[in-house]
Amino acid sequence: MDAEITLRVDGEAHRLTVDTRTSLLDALRERLGNTSPKKGCDHGQCGACTVLLDGDRALTCLALAVAHDGAEVTTADGLAPAGELHPVQQAFLDFDAFQCGYCTPGQVCSAVGVLAEFERGWPSHVTEDLTGRPEMSHDEVAERMSGNLCRCAAYVNITPAVQQAGGAR
Amino acid sequence: MTDLLEPRAIGQDLVRRDGELKVRGTATYAYETPVEHPAYAHPVQATIARGRVTAMDTAAAEALDGVLAVLTPFNAERLASTEDAEYAVLQGQDVGFRGQLIGVVVAETSELAREVADGITVRYEEQPHDAELSADRPDLYAPEQVNAGHETDTAEGDVAAAMAAAEMTLERTYSTAMYHNNPLEPHATTALWEPAGDGFLTLWDSTQGVHPDRAAVCQVFGLEQEQVRVVCPYVGGGFGSKGLPHANVMLTALAARALPGRPVKLALTRQQMFFLAGYRTPTIQRMQLAADSRGRLSAIAIDVVEQTSKVKEFAEQTGVPTRMMYASPNRRSTHRLAALDVPIPSWMRAPGECPGMFGPEVAMDELAEELGIDPIELRVRNEPEVDPETGKPWSSRNLVRCLREGAERFGWSGPRAHRDGDWLVGTGVASSVYPTMRQATSTANLRYEDGRYVAEIGAADLGTGAWTILPQITADALGVDVADVDVRIGDTRYPVASVAGGSSGTNTWGSALVVAAREFRTKFGADPRDGDEASGDVDQAGQDDTHAPYAFGAQFVEARVNADTGEVRVPRLLGVFGVGRVINPRTARSQLIGGMTMGLSMALHENSAWDPRVGQVANHDLAEYHITVNADVGEVEAHWIDEHDPYVNAMGSKGIGEIGIVGTAAAVVNAVHAATGVRVRHLPVTLDKLLTALP
Repeated sequence: MDAEITLRVDGEAHRLTVDTRTSLLDALRERLGNTSPKKGCDHGQCGACTVLLDGDRALTCLALAVAHDGAEVTTADGLAPAGELHPVQQAFLDFDAFQCGYCTPGQVCSAVGVLAEFERGWPSHVTEDLTGRPEMSHDEVAERMSGNLCRCAAYVNITPAVQQAGGAR
Repeated sequence: MTDLLEPRAIGQDLVRRDGELKVRGTATYAYETPVEHPAYAHPVQATIARGRVTAMDTAAAEALDGVLAVLTPFNAERLASTEDAEYAVLQGQDVGFRGQLIGVVVAETSELAREVADGITVRYEEQPHDAELSADRPDLYAPEQVNAGHETDTAEGDVAAAMAAAEMTLERTYSTAMYHNNPLEPHATTALWEPAGDGFLTLWDSTQGVHPDRAAVCQVFGLEQEQVRVVCPYVGGGFGSKGLPHANVMLTALAARALPGRPVKLALTRQQMFFLAGYRTPTIQRMQLAADSRGRLSAIAIDVVEQTSKVKEFAEQTGVPTRMMYASPNRRSTHRLAALDVPIPSWMRAPGECPGMFGPEVAMDELAEELGIDPIELRVRNEPEVDPETGKPWSSRNLVRCLREGAERFGWSGPRAHRDGDWLVGTGVASSVYPTMRQATSTANLRYEDGRYVAEIGAADLGTGAWTILPQITADALGVDVADVDVRIGDTRYPVASVAGGSSGTNTWGSALVVAAREFRTKFGADPRDGDEASGDVDQAGQDDTHAPYAFGAQFVEARVNADTGEVRVPRLLGVFGVGRVINPRTARSQLIGGMTMGLSMALHENSAWDPRVGQVANHDLAEYHITVNADVGEVEAHWIDEHDPYVNAMGSKGIGEIGIVGTAAAVVNAVHAATGVRVRHLPVTLDKLLTALP
């Protein structure tokens, strides 16, 4: 069964027809040709498909496109205009926080989401004091970025990259 | 001796040239190639571990609107060569392992292809399968040779006599688990057959080598090289599993052949990768060490048992590093295989050395403990002056320097264990080694074009940094600024290049680039004209055969084990490596820390839980096959010594992609032992193995 939906992706509105089984990830990749979010597992286990969905980080492989009619999607490619980089992207370059690059757009979007969560004062599993504002410490960032697998294992570069980007804001 | 380049661009900390594309997600991987009107393919897999497919009911599937093709063993075209049984997809009804490819559906959408593939009814004649490895199977056999052409067995002197006569002996059995490479980018292919003429096939394939990939496809389909183009500018990780094409590539090409002019896309699911994309065999390693009271080895032996598939043999060379690592007059190594009804094992990061330095390096730690000698000192006392296996002098061997510098940086001296509240803390060390290999075939083409030097070579960058470091090598070979050099890779339209494997890429492709650059200067001097062009082959580069070339390293680990729960944390990993000259410290460090972290993952997390009753990995996804995640990692430091090796190649570089994983798991086990007194000899180190034995 098909359905017609509207998605606003990286600032541009699209009207598209999707199978009601189509994930938001496949709608982006296979219907709209936006392959910035990656498919690593299709089961919400690796984080490679992470985008900002209506402002929050979200796994697009676990979202049905038809359930997000009218949504605002920002992929890693939409974080900055062509020729420019978002501070998180620049920090990933500075720290060599990736190798093969396949998990990277998801890591970048996840990091942008993490920094927003810090700004809102959201605690994590490792936050000791739930009454104060969590520090952007190594352990806090590593915990919050642990839904994004990196098989090249650039983790020790990813964490300081996110911290730098957070401090630069 | 080779003519070493004067390093100017070499050694510079340059940002990755493909970095901006990767942080935006606009680097196009194989499945993402923009093509007109693609069709989508989904495989059908066998649901028995051994037997025959007797019937497949595809009529309803074929009648569905939007289904373009359904291929099975009953209707698929015959391939030109079925010599390699892994690649002989849909060529017969026999099933050799659960998950084997027995069909493919091509449809207008990926959702439809998947639905239809999953809905095909298959009838089987099932036979009992045999899928359980053990060291006491009566049918273990010695393969003709083991991976990379090594001898199956070696022996020197008399190990048994030395064991009988020694002051101290150690005899232990160790095992490593089954591991799956699991690059983040699934194995994926976009295939397009041109409808006209004799046929021309374009494959956008995720591969560690476009040329070897093409050669395999040509063989299977009976095509000339000129009829096939393979393109792969970016690879989302491989770790050996994309070093040789797997059956999915042949299946996609076969599916696309049924729809000439229509590009067909197929990406394995994460779950399918556990059946079809290769894996590291589990290994059982029986170690014997004999020594005098001062720790000088009089015997070292390893007897390895591992598995292969009845469909196709792969024999991991696990015993190989024991042959050369330490001095000892009496030595033995053997490999025995069980051929089972299982998926086909293959390369995974540092095949041979990675599992093969686990048993020996834990055994050395056990021997040191028995003798009351510091484990670093024990290794120093067994330094061989020449390669024990070949008798050749080392091109350079700086294991002792790595151990000593690592000890200094890590803070090795002093007690190796203490208690910090609920946590038992310990430190461990292990050696690492990796051979410096150069492949026989690679050619680079170098042209002067609009004021720039443009080199072309069909090499691959799996995240290693080849896009960035090959221009650095070329620039120094030409004596120009690296900003004036482009190197294009990842396409069979560029000259032949070897696989990115065996940590041999930089050595091989770099050597070809250096030859091309020198040839270019000889022909055209310092002031070339537009269009001037020269090429170079790796076999024209100086090759020293009189030395044994290896990289060495030392891995240090701090482990913390919770005294109540047995939980293991590793806050510190530190490695020091002798890898020759480092081309780019930024990408090199990433390779080394990546390898070390994957070694940590092997030590604590990874384990393909094999269920022999059904013949499959029970935990075949990333929720249950655990790999190290961000929060599992503390400090990971990689250092290298200033090492001058004039024998390996013109760059003086040894290869860094694999050595980082070698030895790490042993260092973790040794640290956990220091912390707890519990010696875990069978990976992974999970808390159930510690809990009952904790003090």
